[in-house]
Amino acid sequence: MEREPVAALREAADPTVTFDGLTASLADGTLQVSIDGAETAIDGTDLDGVPEAFVPYITNWFYWQILAPQRPPAYAFLRWLEGASEDFEPVPERYDALEDGVTRTWGQLRITTTRSEGGHRRYELGHVADETTPLADLDAHDDVADAEEIARFDERGRYRPLKTAPTLPSGWVFPDLGPGDLLTAVSTLYPATVENWHRERAGDLDVTHYREAAERQTGRYQSVADLPVEALEWAVEACCVDSQCLKRRAWDEDSETDLDVPRGDGAFPCREPCSLFVAAATEWTDQEREASRTYTFELTPSEKAQLEAIIDAVADGRTDAIREADLDEGANRYRARYLRAKRFADGQLPTETHDEE
Amino acid sequence: MSGLVVAAHGSHLNPESSRPAHEHARRLRRIGAFETVRTAFWKEEPHFREALRTVPSEGVYLVPLFISEGYFTEQVIPREFRLSGWSGWESDGTSAEAVTLSAADTGQTVQYCGPVGTHDAMSDVIVRRAESVTGDPDVGDGVGLAVVGHGTERNANSAKAVEYHAERIRRRDRFAEVQALFMDEQPEVDDVTDFFESDDIVVVPLFIADGYHTQEDIPEDMGLTDDYRNGWETPARVGSHRIWYAGAVGTEPLLADVILERAADAGADVPPASERERDNGIAPAVTGPT
Repeated sequence: MEREPVAALREAADPTVTFDGLTASLADGTLQVSIDGAETAIDGTDLDGVPEAFVPYITNWFYWQILAPQRPPAYAFLRWLEGASEDFEPVPERYDALEDGVTRTWGQLRITTTRSEGGHRRYELGHVADETTPLADLDAHDDVADAEEIARFDERGRYRPLKTAPTLPSGWVFPDLGPGDLLTAVSTLYPATVENWHRERAGDLDVTHYREAAERQTGRYQSVADLPVEALEWAVEACCVDSQCLKRRAWDEDSETDLDVPRGDGAFPCREPCSLFVAAATEWTDQEREASRTYTFELTPSEKAQLEAIIDAVADGRTDAIREADLDEGANRYRARYLRAKRFADGQLPTETHDEE
Repeated sequence: MSGLVVAAHGSHLNPESSRPAHEHARRLRRIGAFETVRTAFWKEEPHFREALRTVPSEGVYLVPLFISEGYFTEQVIPREFRLSGWSGWESDGTSAEAVTLSAADTGQTVQYCGPVGTHDAMSDVIVRRAESVTGDPDVGDGVGLAVVGHGTERNANSAKAVEYHAERIRRRDRFAEVQALFMDEQPEVDDVTDFFESDDIVVVPLFIADGYHTQEDIPEDMGLTDDYRNGWETPARVGSHRIWYAGAVGTEPLLADVILERAADAGADVPPASERERDNGIAPAVTGPT
């Protein structure tokens, strides 16, 4: 059975409790409570007899010290969600804001904290793209195990090997979660992000830079230690920017050598090259072992521009958005097929090759 | 209360690869024997490197959802979980139980357990699989059982796990014949019917997840179908034999119990099998004669 906030405070207030503007201490069986500029003595064990101005402070203490998960990363994250950790607002103002809901974004997640009975907080978890969609139009879930399936495929049903890729499908909502379930759902959708964010805030994020991560690899990934630094820059530009991954890159080539590619603006850090990056680096390490050659082949200026357009469309993941009859687009399917028919006999570009000296 | 981490391979390409780990973790959470039950992956997230920090407990049971002792259990997992002092299990290839180690990044005490695939209770999961694919809880009389492994010349332990369970099940005298077969070494699963006199054969692949090997290679190699995309009958007729082909044994719900047994062997306080069955609908793994 859940305890009463006043009874719980009475038990905790010896010695003195101070929390979010509340000071409480027990003296001779009387609970002395003070808040900004006011003081009262409470004899009973429930909220009924407590002057109104004190109630938010007491229920706020009760939520954060008794009800909320106390594990430091979880606690810090929940505090951050309602703006209790920075830009500190006095409890009554925070309570007013929680009446309407305080919303934060975490990657593509939108988390709204509201206040319910007795200081309890409830959390609505959804997709940022659904911010203006009426709740009734979304698939509502109450079992946080459902988050696994939500995270597994993108809007088009393709497997998502990287949880923090900006491809989380929309159209779903967990309308009413308690703090524990919220944390479970967030850790399913974006594993370990809360823990790493918390470590970073505390100044003890254990960053592993590329060279160190590469040295550790064995088996089929052992070769990635040979990736040259310029190729590492291209690889990071290809994989780690905000359009591809919502983590903010905290690692570099090594602790002395920063990479030039922007780190990203994500809320949570990336503390080392991920398995997908290492697998891709294996491919690029192999390719970088080949020497460049000079090829001679013929293209019209429009055809050269079209090849550039095709590279852009593929690299930006836009090919699906190009309409079938949009012949102005270089990456249009008919345009590509025409170019192949004209210039790529047997699927290859006929070339003269000049080996480099 | 301790935490439990189920460490699995995962995949960048196959969405089914991590499904057994997630599903077994969900079953284990319902038992309530651990403060938290987490999954961790080599190719997915949370990665092995970052899984322990998501577990609040000071003590953690780490169970590899792998079939055999080898590269992943001996090198990759201890290295990526930053387990200080790892020097092996002193195993003969199928006898790893658990060692107590410390995680360098979190300071947690980790009971690093042997893989699920070599636990004795895995024999029961294989038999359960044969029961479920035939729909016959008493399957065995007049029926041959093929336990199929990947096999690889690089790692002798890969075949040892398959042979170990085939031998244990053979000694129970439940099936008319029991054979260990492999994809990459002799005796090969391609010639499955050559190894059995029984007309009816149940084939159980000792793999954790369904994927390319279990859903494409093996059915085509055995001649169940010309093209895996067209599917196959259960049972399928190959020559004069009928073959019941089960998917990867790792997807069998009973495997959750093997994970639990691994943790229990390492000292975890878990409810007795009889209570588990009543509370959670997870049948206990009954360890038969060895």
